[in-house]
Amino acid sequence: MEKTVNHKAWFLVLPVLVLVAFSAVVPLMTVVNYSVQDTFGNNEFFWAGLEWFDEMLNSQRMWDALGRQLAFSAIILAIEVPLGIFVALNMPKKGFWASVCLVLMALPLLIPWNVVGTIWQIFGRVDIGLLGYTLDKLGIPYNYTQDFFAAWATVIIMDVWHWTSLVALLAYAGLQSIPDAYYQATKIDQASRWAVFRFIELPKMQGVLMIAILLRFMDSFMIYTEPFVVTGGGPGNSTTFLSIDLVKMALGQFDLGPAAAFSIMYFLVILLISWVFYTVMTNLDKRETGR
Amino acid sequence: MSMAASTSTSASSGRASALPKVNGRAVVMTLYLVFLLLPIYWLVNMSLKTNAEILSTFSLWPQELTFRNYATILTDPSWYMGYVNSLIYVVINTVISISVALPAAYAFSRYTFLGDKHLFFWLLTNRMAPPAVFALPFFQLYSSVGLFDTHIAVALAHCLFNVPLAVWILEGFMRGVPKEIDETAYIDGYSFPRFFVKIFMPLIASGIGVAAFFCFMFSWVELLLSRTLTSVDAKPIAATMTRTVSASGLDWGVLAAAGVLTIVPGALVIYFVRNYIAKGFALGRV
Repeated sequence: MEKTVNHKAWFLVLPVLVLVAFSAVVPLMTVVNYSVQDTFGNNEFFWAGLEWFDEMLNSQRMWDALGRQLAFSAIILAIEVPLGIFVALNMPKKGFWASVCLVLMALPLLIPWNVVGTIWQIFGRVDIGLLGYTLDKLGIPYNYTQDFFAAWATVIIMDVWHWTSLVALLAYAGLQSIPDAYYQATKIDQASRWAVFRFIELPKMQGVLMIAILLRFMDSFMIYTEPFVVTGGGPGNSTTFLSIDLVKMALGQFDLGPAAAFSIMYFLVILLISWVFYTVMTNLDKRETGR
Repeated sequence: MSMAASTSTSASSGRASALPKVNGRAVVMTLYLVFLLLPIYWLVNMSLKTNAEILSTFSLWPQELTFRNYATILTDPSWYMGYVNSLIYVVINTVISISVALPAAYAFSRYTFLGDKHLFFWLLTNRMAPPAVFALPFFQLYSSVGLFDTHIAVALAHCLFNVPLAVWILEGFMRGVPKEIDETAYIDGYSFPRFFVKIFMPLIASGIGVAAFFCFMFSWVELLLSRTLTSVDAKPIAATMTRTVSASGLDWGVLAAAGVLTIVPGALVIYFVRNYIAKGFALGRV
């Protein structure tokens, strides 16, 4: 669609600008403010320059949290994306069962995040949870509050449970947009199932898959509530991801300076990924209108 | 002759392979749906048991069905006020988000103006911003203006990600409406506000519904900010639940029932938005 140049459109955007600026820019400035100052209490602040940034960049604790965070994001992407595509390929194309699948698959997406945590906390308990109980009876040692491996497995399975449907639904939406004529052509050419997937379905899904991957990376990168409820970041620090660590630092220990410096670096990473996301989105829009 | 034979065998083998393939699909979907529903089923199962039964016997369904856990929640103000508080700030947030996002989304979908792309991108970064970064500043901001522990504070805080979300989703729907409609309306003498309310909004009614649903949902599922910004008067159900876990840690039946009740709002309307879920999560694209 051809857009007209109209600078008065600013008036339509103004309410959004004011509202989001109030809830985004003001707090962000507070963070910037703290990140360059030090305090000894009593609301007296001193200029500290880039000291906090220096400290955080040399802090083993932050690098560890970042490492765990990246490992977590990588693992869940490696599971959720192929699984989501696989599920989408197996979904009914239309009719009653397609609706049933859509509704049931969307269910985990709409559950409050702390309830997701609660569900898995209960589900994994050896005494009262189905999963924990079954594993225990099978003779597999499983204790997500004590055991490093069990804690990671629980957090990852929980995330797969929670979000694979999102990838599947997006991939499904991509598949739906493939005209029937394409499939008829593959039948005439007697293309193998793999060839159909590789040369027709995958290219057509490319755009939505990029969105799905970026969304999942983004949301997993700032995951807080679910692991916090299930493991509380433990055992030890083994499931303390970036957000959990940050909240611990800022609200738990009230280390304002380091926490603020941490926040800003965290935010810069997010900004970078957002930019990639935005580029993908606008390219997708262009392709759509160019059709 | 041989060619006919080969085509007939290939046809029959095609049919033979087609039949198990259909079954294969059903098996995959069944397995996946069972995986999704099992933990939810377990929560529902537990919410219908007494605490004694939960802790003493292990059973796949309630032996003595009880609704006492639900009764506890629905009669105790410290429990059900959690739901009321959550609903209040979620509704306030949805109304604010949609009403400011509508004109903005229209502007983004119809016009180019100075800095529009930067603004659109900046909105996206706020949708993506980690709540953990904003928890402490929000706490101080709302404390200093005396809004701490009020519904409006949480509603405003959630605007951080819900307003951008609503703008992006609505823009996605609005770009589908041909511009000729706007022009015809203006020629017919409609003023902008009258055109927008009388003609344009009915055209994107489904988009408004979807955007409202997602604002509702994202505000409903968020815990970190709502917990940080409230203490007593506006305490959301999510925070009420976490407190119970840590304090008593024993009342599993009530905890499960509370969890089931938080799933209900989503489950009630999910059927109506089923075809738009992907679009909503992907910010109006797809």
